[in-house]
Amino acid sequence: MNDEPAFTLSRRGALVGGAAAAAAGAVPIDAGAAPTGPAQPAPPTVPVRFTVNGKARALDLDPRVTLLDALREHLNLTGSKKGCDHGQCGACTVMVEGKRINSCLTLAVMHDGDAITTIEGLGRPGDLHPMQAAFVKHDGFQCGYCTPGQIMSSIAVLQEIKDGVPSYVTADVAGSATLTGEELRERMSGNICRCAAYSNIIAAIADVAGAKDVA
Amino acid sequence: MKPFTYERAASPAAAAAAVARTPGAKFVAGGTNLLDLMKLQIETPRHLVDVNRLGLDTIEPTAEGGIRIGALVRNTALAADARVRRDYGVLSRALVSGASGQLRNKATTAGNLLQRTRCPYFYDTNQPCNKRQPGSGCAAIGGFNRNLAILGTSKDCIATHPSDMAVAMRALDATVETVMPNGQTRRIAIADFHRLPGSTPWVETALVAGEMITAVTLPAPVGGTHIYRKVRDRSSYAFATISVAAVLRPTNGTARFAFGGLAHKPWRVEAAETRVDGGAKAIAAAALAGAQTTDQNGFKIPLVERTLASVLAEGAAA
Ligand SMILES: Cc1cc2nc3c(=O)[nH]c(=O)nc-3n(C[C@H](O)[C@H](O)[C@H](O)COP(=O)(O)OP(=O)(O)OC[C@H]3O[C@@H](n4cnc5c(N)ncnc54)[C@H](O)[C@@H]3O)c2cc1C
Ligand code: SF4
Repeated sequence: MNDEPAFTLSRRGALVGGAAAAAAGAVPIDAGAAPTGPAQPAPPTVPVRFTVNGKARALDLDPRVTLLDALREHLNLTGSKKGCDHGQCGACTVMVEGKRINSCLTLAVMHDGDAITTIEGLGRPGDLHPMQAAFVKHDGFQCGYCTPGQIMSSIAVLQEIKDGVPSYVTADVAGSATLTGEELRERMSGNICRCAAYSNIIAAIADVAGAKDVA
Repeated sequence: MKPFTYERAASPAAAAAAVARTPGAKFVAGGTNLLDLMKLQIETPRHLVDVNRLGLDTIEPTAEGGIRIGALVRNTALAADARVRRDYGVLSRALVSGASGQLRNKATTAGNLLQRTRCPYFYDTNQPCNKRQPGSGCAAIGGFNRNLAILGTSKDCIATHPSDMAVAMRALDATVETVMPNGQTRRIAIADFHRLPGSTPWVETALVAGEMITAVTLPAPVGGTHIYRKVRDRSSYAFATISVAAVLRPTNGTARFAFGGLAHKPWRVEAAETRVDGGAKAIAAAALAGAQTTDQNGFKIPLVERTLASVLAEGAAA
């Protein structure tokens, strides 16, 4: 995939149009919650520079713009999804400086100088990241809306286990975690899948990790 | 979100001064609680002072043999720190019981202490709530209050404090270090940090306007078996219904128990800790003395007792 795939604009246009119609009029969606009461003047913009999928980007943003909205609405990287917009569903998961975070609960202007990786930065058709390929192989999705966040989290989970980060189900926090289904499920609990493809997602992660008999 | 202006602070003292000086200003750390509330217009700051990147993200040994945790240390980094996992296991466990992997990578030590209640009426701007809108009333009293507090409540508010981390820090006798807008520093014992609602439920901590948390210190390790047991409506990624932070058989002193999900602060009654020989029933009776339940949350009393029994059994097997 290119940084700005040609199909995004038309597909996005249709989706945005639909959402805006439902929300009574052409409300700009970058600034978060729909305004209530009389319009207030927009605050001064703040310059921000960061690297997204290896490419340097410079934006001048209303400080209210979340990292998720900067990626989707300003950089046309619509792979990261807006599910709940409150850090509850995980569809917006991206990597910042190598760590997974919810891009909906952070401001873009707080990321000056950071290196960000989105689902678009992992692989491309014909050259998938091993985790992307495993999701295809194991049918780790149905509607696909949560999938970019699930894949970003899956990659991060394996790294976190390697880095010695304990989880609530790790028997001995002072020791190291073993790759069990229970560990993977606990660590993936911040990514909700409304189609409930969970068992296949765990199978995909276990496959990439080379773990056998994970149930 | 309401419009706001944004600045990156140059030092902790400058950040404190900026928040004290600018009307409607707030600090922003991880942003995982503040931005959530700003999107709902429950928080409407007019200015944000970003306190990331001030070098407050390290964990250092103290002269007293404990550790000093920088205010901006992320929850994941704290839970994964080798010293914390070895010497303060209850803290590591409490941290990883909270939120999700993504949120813990962003959430900070100071922000976690200062996260606001999850009372459903605090979140619903169509409902009266004394904490959100002083004097408007409390929709939770007489409303859906199954998960709300049973200790330290008032006729104006029965909210709980939702932090898991703070409960473990209470069991470990942590101290909060701050810098004031005038540049002076002070230390606040974790026991005195969170406030009970009384007649001013919107005053939630001992901090004054513009006061910034710079670190949390833990005294030298006390040894013992460390357990954090969280009981909730689903087994992962949910706030506590109740929780127990326990340090069993520490090298000096008696066992320690702090409880979450019961009050607007981590609940610890030191007198209850001398009752270990009486088992869970005796400890719970002393710790929960004076509890006032509603018609929905009375179950928390036997739940605490049974969870304590389970914690003691786990400790005995360890
Ligand atoms: C879906 C979801 C589930 C969650 N589940 C849990 C859970 O199970 N258990 C749990 O404990 N928590 C849970 N949380 C809450 C989470 O732990 C907090 O959001 C987080 O710890 C807040 O830290 P932060 O750095 O992001 O704070 P911010 O949002 O940046 O700040 C919070 C508050 O602290 C103030 N502040 C920040 N830094 C300082 C400072 N240095 N000095 C003075 N004031 C400061 C800010 O002004 C703000 O008022 C959950 C959150 C979400 C969204
Ligand atoms: S319990 Fe407290 S937070 Fe909840 S509605 Fe009442 S006043 Fe508000």
